Amino acid sequence: MNTELQAVDPFELTETQKMIRDTVRDFARETLAPRAQELDRKGDFPMQNFRDMAAMGLTGIPVPEAYGGAGADTLSFILAMEEIAKACGSTALTLAAHTSLGTMPIVQFGSEEQKRKYVPPNASGEVIGSYGLTEPQAGSDSGATRTAATRVSGGWRVQGTKMFMTNASVAGLFVITAVTNKDAPKHERISAFILERSFPGISIAKKEDKLGCRASDTCIVNFDDVFVPESNLLGQEGHGFSYFMQILDGGRIGIGAMALGLAEGGFERCVEYSKTRSAFGRPIGAHQAIAFKIADMAVQIQAARHLLYHAARLKDAGRPYKREASMAKLYASEMAMRVLREAIQVLGGYGYMTEYHIERMYRDAKLCEIGEGTSEIQRIVISRDLLGKL
Amino acid sequence: MILAVCIKRVPDTNARPQVAPDGKSINPQGIEWVINPYDEFAIEEALRLKEKAGTGEVVGVSVDPDGNESILRKALAMGVDRGILVKGGSMFDGAVTAELLAGVLKNVKADLILFGKQAVDSDSYQVPSLVAHHLGLPRANVVTKLEIQGTKAVCRRQIEGNEELLELSTPCIVSCQKGLNEPRYPSLKGIMAAKKKPLEVLEAPPIEARIEILKMEPPPPRPPGRIVGKGREAVPELVRLLREEAKVI
Repeated sequence: MNTELQAVDPFELTETQKMIRDTVRDFARETLAPRAQELDRKGDFPMQNFRDMAAMGLTGIPVPEAYGGAGADTLSFILAMEEIAKACGSTALTLAAHTSLGTMPIVQFGSEEQKRKYVPPNASGEVIGSYGLTEPQAGSDSGATRTAATRVSGGWRVQGTKMFMTNASVAGLFVITAVTNKDAPKHERISAFILERSFPGISIAKKEDKLGCRASDTCIVNFDDVFVPESNLLGQEGHGFSYFMQILDGGRIGIGAMALGLAEGGFERCVEYSKTRSAFGRPIGAHQAIAFKIADMAVQIQAARHLLYHAARLKDAGRPYKREASMAKLYASEMAMRVLREAIQVLGGYGYMTEYHIERMYRDAKLCEIGEGTSEIQRIVISRDLLGKL
Repeated sequence: MILAVCIKRVPDTNARPQVAPDGKSINPQGIEWVINPYDEFAIEEALRLKEKAGTGEVVGVSVDPDGNESILRKALAMGVDRGILVKGGSMFDGAVTAELLAGVLKNVKADLILFGKQAVDSDSYQVPSLVAHHLGLPRANVVTKLEIQGTKAVCRRQIEGNEELLELSTPCIVSCQKGLNEPRYPSLKGIMAAKKKPLEVLEAPPIEARIEILKMEPPPPRPPGRIVGKGREAVPELVRLLREEAKVI
């Protein structure tokens, strides 16, 4: 079952991009989709999925070849994310967090030495990456970070707690933010650090139980007087806030792609069902009440895809893309909630049952309205970019 | 060791091809083209043999009337080292395909030439054997296990109720059956590397067609099911029909 939406390709993808999309689609359909339901039910980390993705080189899609990645562009990463999310939201979130947040900060801001040491194991999937920004008292207001790094001989000592760290209990590498100068202006207080899991003092305080993306790993992590050598300060001291704002711009396109994939996954099932399920003597798709829902879903999915691919292409072209990334993420994630809610409605009672997958996708999609900047934060980013600071 | 793999572009097995308005060809609209699934076993086997040997070259060869490169690119993404595309021939004339392939393979000088056992569109099963004839090489068809021992290819194939063991001296031809291996997905690095690998496009020399397609039509619609009766009493009639009409028992 191919999405008719993609049969007409208005996006002029390159042959390489198409091959990546089609390969990941086959892989996701044949390998990830059959495992999705049980992973969701058990809530176990999708380690086999991660290993299988690593074997295909999906754990380092946008990482340059020089550091062990595939060296593909952002749009290729987006296409892969979309296809993975169609099959399994938890796996898509795992890959997004590993790539955009756990690996790309080092690629973008790391020293040559840091890149050589830490990026290749992440790109090959040998090591899983995790990113720590959010804290108990610092969510959307991430500038309110309290985790502190104090300068000591030969490096830093980090003290604090991070919330909602995706992949944390299975990760071998953490990128986290900490205050290095509390007296500096707000945006110069924070620095970013690279921490190896083996550094003494790092402990997983709690593995969270969640509404959706249940197989994705989400933890509270304590950093208790963790010694971090000087060589593991990421980029420049005091630039942490600026770094993570940039990292989130890129990450948002990935989360948008996850929302898009989830919506498409539900939509495909919905189309199939509306052709084969009959009521009142006709396939339900022949009733306008259902047919119009299908039309509305298709329009919204296609609109989200245009926004996302456009944002990805701006990033690939090295042009500013902050506003477009926020727009794409905001629209795609809210779209996914609307589309999946309607998709459940089209299937009626069956849609509400776990057997038909859409209820899982609906729960998974809610994450996209919250993670890597809530919908409200996206509206702040977009409006500030449009209006300036009034 | 040089390994040649012959592959064909066929409609996706999920596609429902329609006859084109000329009544003699398939309407290409809306069809996704894929590597013939049996040829994927041949590609995988060649890659594994090369990996096991630690050296060698895998050459993909395809005859395509439209000169479409897509499946050879995918083969390159899977790990094939270089491709040769012969533009010409027809999708259904196996004799022409075999002659064109033989012409190319003569120069490749492969130690082993691998095929899928059949193409899933034309289903004629003839090309591997015809190529073997043209090149004067031994061949084993429908092989489920293959091992290279020096200059011998040891092949196993399923036959009625048993297994046949064949020993061929290389160079030789082997056509591959499901069960031989599990074809890999192209890796991302493979896909990125595929566009940089050499793909030679040759114009096919004129060869007289052996087959003329006069007409194509879809298979007749399946007759609707029939209820022969109810309960116990219906069983004898059901058995009779299954035996005499459906010929399944």
